Amino acid sequence: MRSKNAAAPRSIAQRMALAPYSVWAVLFIVVPLIFIAYYASTDNSFHFTLDNVRRFFTATSTVTDEAGTREVRTYLLIFVRSLKLAVISTVICLIMGYPAAYIISKAPARTQKIMITLIMIPMWMNFLIRTYAWMTILQDTGILNGLLRLIGLGPVHIIGTESAVVVGMVYDYFPYMILPIYSVMAKMDEKLIEAARDLGCNGFGVLRRVIWPLSLPGVFSGITMVLIPSISTFYISQKLGNGKFYLIGDAIEGQYVANNLHFAAAIAFILMVILLICMAFMQRGANRRAAV
Amino acid sequence: MKPVSKIYTALILIFLFAPIAILLVFSFNSAKSLSVFSHFSLYWYRELFRDSETLGAVRNTLVLAVSAALISTVMGTAAAVGMDKLRSRYLRAVMDSVTNIPMINPDIITGISLMLMFVFVGRIFGAATSLSFWTMLIAHVTFCLPYVILQVLPKLQQMDRSLPEAAMDLGCTPLRAFYKVVIPEILPGVITGLIMAFTLSLDDFVISYFTAGNGFQTLPIRIYNMTKKTVTPKMYALATIIFFVILALLLISNLSDSDGAETIKQAKQKRSKTKEVLST
Repeated sequence: MRSKNAAAPRSIAQRMALAPYSVWAVLFIVVPLIFIAYYASTDNSFHFTLDNVRRFFTATSTVTDEAGTREVRTYLLIFVRSLKLAVISTVICLIMGYPAAYIISKAPARTQKIMITLIMIPMWMNFLIRTYAWMTILQDTGILNGLLRLIGLGPVHIIGTESAVVVGMVYDYFPYMILPIYSVMAKMDEKLIEAARDLGCNGFGVLRRVIWPLSLPGVFSGITMVLIPSISTFYISQKLGNGKFYLIGDAIEGQYVANNLHFAAAIAFILMVILLICMAFMQRGANRRAAV
Repeated sequence: MKPVSKIYTALILIFLFAPIAILLVFSFNSAKSLSVFSHFSLYWYRELFRDSETLGAVRNTLVLAVSAALISTVMGTAAAVGMDKLRSRYLRAVMDSVTNIPMINPDIITGISLMLMFVFVGRIFGAATSLSFWTMLIAHVTFCLPYVILQVLPKLQQMDRSLPEAAMDLGCTPLRAFYKVVIPEILPGVITGLIMAFTLSLDDFVISYFTAGNGFQTLPIRIYNMTKKTVTPKMYALATIIFFVILALLLISNLSDSDGAETIKQAKQKRSKTKEVLST
């Protein structure tokens, strides 16, 4: 009986414990998201309009490049470019990170611990510093070109190209790919691989039929953890792309600096919706894989 | 390890550490050049310690990170205790999803959304500028909270439920049972949450950038402003110092084998693991 008596005031106390966070979450997580939608769908005097959303899809500008001068949809082009560079970076991270994660997971326990610590050290440095270091390396008069000159290769122009932006993205977010894949592989049951071998699978067959399917949860989370920050970044493209390659993050930041808050909100809102749809698809893909 | 594996891991490590090594070397360069090393000098370190703006930014960052970590740990731990006991499955699902939002959303969206709200509320009250230390603190607490909650919740779920009941049967008041039994049980999770919140707040640039007022500069924002113009190797000196502080922390946590020290090292890894659990 006594514990039952104690249960009543306890539940009130527990509800009280949740109260501050509930209020905080509504005020500073939910309401701000409503503000994005509100700003995106109003003009400067807060009258309802969809002009800002429309502007994202219809605004045009003139581009001159090797292919000549032409009219382009400014923000659609920026969005496609962000998506392209983010996907390329994610794929490179996956191709580089997957074998590395596998090798580490097969190493002796002590080596594994040291390797994972080493991979994490750059993550502790601020990404602004990491990106800036690459600017030093890739400059026309930088270290990379100095090294190339030593071995007799002509200077290459990298800074200010899309490749430089990809290098920065890969470098900054690489650990986010390796760590989740490694943690799935480290937990993998060695007996499954042995069983596959005993049943006549060769090395490649084991990789394709056992290791790869089992590591998919890690691969999926690695992909999301690299794709989302690289699609929304704005510093990397400014520093390594010399501001020539506007990405969706630059567009948002640019409008914020120019005090066009309503248009900034519209771009952010569209980005958020597209990412939500992408994540839902990825989730479904992951679930279907898991079901098979 | 096979030779091929060894070479491959070595290449990965070179890729990860070459840029940092270059920063370290050129911070000791006597000239301003970023590609030609003249000779060893501590000039840029002296310059750094004369730069009162940067030193102020370091102080601001620490004040902000300590406050944000303490507030989010207290509020987050209480929230985890409350969420753990929620009987309504529906309410629990709502709380879980709301908690996930700041972790899934790109930082730029979290930053913009908070900034829009602060600006709007500021306008209502007729303030010229509504962004300040306080808006930044609110933003930092907001993005730290989910990480604290997700560290504490599993510890509550692993705890033997009969322990606090036993304490109360033996005459403890519920509050006393909480302090004497529940808190010690969940303490490792609370400490990891605190350390994670602290490091996240220290490192954050994007959300701070959108919610910072003009008068308040944190270290990442200072670095951003320094890299906007032509950079002096002063920033490399700063990066070198940050690198060695991190290295020292990791070494200390490796040497002392205690649980608490281990958590410092794992904080960052746990962050990625938390995100990983979410996205699968």
